[in-house]
Amino acid sequence: MDFFNSLFSKKASSKDVAKDRLKLVLIHDRVNCSTQILEMLKNDILKVISNYMEIDDDDLDFQIVHTSTESNENVPVLYANIPIKNMRKSMY
Amino acid sequence: MGEVIVITSGKGGVGKTTASANIGTGLAMLGKSVVMIDADIGLRNLDVVLGLENRIVYDLIDVIEGNCRIKQAFIKDKRYSNLFLLPAAQTKDKTAVSPEQMLKLCNSLREEYDFIIIDCPAGIEQGFNNATAGADRAIVVTTPEVSAVRDADRIIGLLESKDLKNPTLILNRIRQDMVKRGDMMAIEDVTEILAIDILGVVPEDEAIVISSNKGEPAVTDDSSRAGKAFRNITKRITGEEVPIMDLSADRGLLSKMKKLLRFGS
Repeated sequence: MDFFNSLFSKKASSKDVAKDRLKLVLIHDRVNCSTQILEMLKNDILKVISNYMEIDDDDLDFQIVHTSTESNENVPVLYANIPIKNMRKSMY
Repeated sequence: MGEVIVITSGKGGVGKTTASANIGTGLAMLGKSVVMIDADIGLRNLDVVLGLENRIVYDLIDVIEGNCRIKQAFIKDKRYSNLFLLPAAQTKDKTAVSPEQMLKLCNSLREEYDFIIIDCPAGIEQGFNNATAGADRAIVVTTPEVSAVRDADRIIGLLESKDLKNPTLILNRIRQDMVKRGDMMAIEDVTEILAIDILGVVPEDEAIVISSNKGEPAVTDDSSRAGKAFRNITKRITGEEVPIMDLSADRGLLSKMKKLLRFGS
């Protein structure tokens, strides 16, 4: 049965759903950073960047992820991918 | 010089008290002298799980306030003469004890007994601080659910900030059939997320309900799989190397037949 399930069903097993949800919630728990704080941080950073650059609001990616460094595994990292449209003319 | 072990979890209802009762009794079965302390003041339960609820005269608060000597408050176990319970007070609350008082109590007990097992209350506030104050090491109990593992992660962080480094994990209430079909996190999933060493895995077992109905810990029941898991855990606590039990081992003819039938469907 398990074999057939894995062949024909594309649905993620509920265990994997649990694991993914848990990983995400722990990332925020461990750095003690709620989604609201992250949202406020994002807005502040965007405000500063917007003074210098025109940015693409639709394609923003802003999150806390875990990466491994040489000395330590599982280090929380603030990951921001902010597409630039143009430099602000006033800066020239 | 004895060792003080606190059994904790963060979340309630994952099996701290059951684990405490079984570990305490299991260690006594191995011939160790053991004191179990119920640190869940106001919500005592370890006494009923052990079947000792009718014998309580004094409690932890009486000892701390000096209303009696420590040994007057001890309740000797029915089966093992080297096993004692220090029950929690039922009418007081957690503020009746301070971490310093618990530390002092643990230090005086470790002079005389091999193991002091502390059943920690759920939560992360004063009850937790009291229960962990005198501990040398911590055991974290969790179940393979998102909420329980999340709380376990929080507790592990708090334990480390209290210098209780390297706590070990008991993964309770595993259902291997659900793990197999991908509907329950497996041992590796949980240990990977929590980055912690596993002390033992306890399968979901009706014998736990039956044993707590009777007030006889499952660890004394030779036919119980959860009991076997706890016997293994106690051996590991004493330093013996015991492999994690194979949960997929089938449970006799009936389950084999069920498996055959399922295959056909």
